[in-house]
Amino acid sequence: MQWETVIGLEIHTQLATHSKIFSGSSTAFGAEPNTQANLVDLGMPGVLPVLNRKAVEYAVRFGRAIDAHVAERSVFARKNYFYPDLPKGYQISQFELPIVGKGCVEIVLEDGEVKTVGVTRAHLEEDAGKSLHEDFHGMTGIDLNRAGTPLLEIVSEPDMRSAREAIAYARKIHQIVTYLGICDGNMQEGSFRCDANVSVRPKGQAEFGTRAELKNINSFRFLERAINYEVERQIELIEDGGKVVQETRLYDANRDETRSMRSKEEANDYRYFPDPDLLPVVIDQAFMDAVSADMPELPDARRTRFQEAFGLSAYDANGLTATRATADYFEAVSAATGDAKLAANWVMGELAAALNKEGLEIERSPVDAAALAGLLLRIRDNTISGKIAKQVFEAMWSGQGSADELIEAKGLKQITDSGAIEALVDEVLAANPEQVENYRNADPAKRPKMIGFFVGQVMKKSQGKANPQQVNELLRGKLD
Amino acid sequence: MSLKPDDVSKIAQLARLAVSPEEGEALSRELSSILDLVAQMTAVDTSGIEPMAHPLEMQQRLRPDEVTETDQRDLYLGNAPQAEAGLFLVPKVIE
Repeated sequence: MQWETVIGLEIHTQLATHSKIFSGSSTAFGAEPNTQANLVDLGMPGVLPVLNRKAVEYAVRFGRAIDAHVAERSVFARKNYFYPDLPKGYQISQFELPIVGKGCVEIVLEDGEVKTVGVTRAHLEEDAGKSLHEDFHGMTGIDLNRAGTPLLEIVSEPDMRSAREAIAYARKIHQIVTYLGICDGNMQEGSFRCDANVSVRPKGQAEFGTRAELKNINSFRFLERAINYEVERQIELIEDGGKVVQETRLYDANRDETRSMRSKEEANDYRYFPDPDLLPVVIDQAFMDAVSADMPELPDARRTRFQEAFGLSAYDANGLTATRATADYFEAVSAATGDAKLAANWVMGELAAALNKEGLEIERSPVDAAALAGLLLRIRDNTISGKIAKQVFEAMWSGQGSADELIEAKGLKQITDSGAIEALVDEVLAANPEQVENYRNADPAKRPKMIGFFVGQVMKKSQGKANPQQVNELLRGKLD
Repeated sequence: MSLKPDDVSKIAQLARLAVSPEEGEALSRELSSILDLVAQMTAVDTSGIEPMAHPLEMQQRLRPDEVTETDQRDLYLGNAPQAEAGLFLVPKVIE
């Protein structure tokens, strides 16, 4: 039987506010346990939540970015369940009236096909705290620093048909929220978390199969693996005469498998009701206008601009806009050097290769945009050749100094004195009479290829410092 | 509308309340009569009326995104039955 996979994603993005969604506690990551939890976060009686304006602005910003309807009036609701890291016994979320309604994003599949994926809704909610299950005399430790951190939960339509499509969609949302500056996108720190609803159905069947919800996925790679494992599991189960049950399953990256966490039917009775502590949130035209005026450039627009303004290829523009940090880096180098193509080649070439080799994100590059621009300026003014620049770059990467310092210290300055180059050329020609003879007897069409030998010899003699263009010209003058 | 003892025990479980079978019997009768009282309202024609969650004609006020709180951990942990290493301790939770 032919099976079709159906996937929907729920993505929790932590909004990059300084304070919590309903209290003035800090949201900074990595603080000592419980030092950033106040009376509101602890769910003490008699306290009231007050909504953070920035969290609302960020949600609206996202809504605008995906062409969604932004609700003029949205309502917070209580989602009731019991867990020790949820002090109030309910999570403040949004249910019937979320702040962001239906929207959509476009993803590009591997074969270049563009597919539209629907976003059902995005709503504001607070995060829970953390349970530490290490053994504290048989007890569980609770850290409530994260409790009350603002989240925007982005729910997709069940529009994805493969793990690859799900990854493309998740990456697109990641790209959008980081470009918007509303989320730092750090998956290791839990700022961007994906849950996947996965089901299978016989190809051609209209109704959906029973779905399982996969949780605990903190990288795109694991998301793909978890979905693929789950699809296999469900197909095998059904083909063996079994039935998929609706449940939550945890992905275990170490064993590369999913396993049942709890039966959702039982737990899924959250008894939502409007939170009496919070009034309806009204977004008026003035609020919308203020957010619109403040919208950062989105990835698709930036990609088009890079192609049009800098004459970059679609491939380069795509690579350079993959993350906001990369695009910012490139633009800084391009502006400082006045040479977008050179900047693009280096950011996509040497820099990307070095980052890749060490598994670093561009934000943590040991060579920052200003430093790289400093190097490229020396190529531009013919102080060094592109080849020598690669050596200098390596030294810069290992923290040995700036481009100018290294060129000076290592004596790498290019030789442009034509007398000095001519002397080298003469030496090479005198040392290789046979090759000179061959060259002169050769078909003129073959000569351009043969001259490479002499260029190489001269460059070697100059330790790479001779200006290659001058070397070529002088050689041609003497040989032809 | 009548609630069965089974319904009561399910609601009690969701609310983490310990209700004995005898209490469940009594509660199902009491809750049923409350529901009957409320059910009288279904007789009123509410078509075209917007559901109301809040009785106030007001909207939510927003506060600026500023950190205004200082660390009061020792004070708050002192209020807990058990704490260690800066953490609140609770009976073991296992998924």
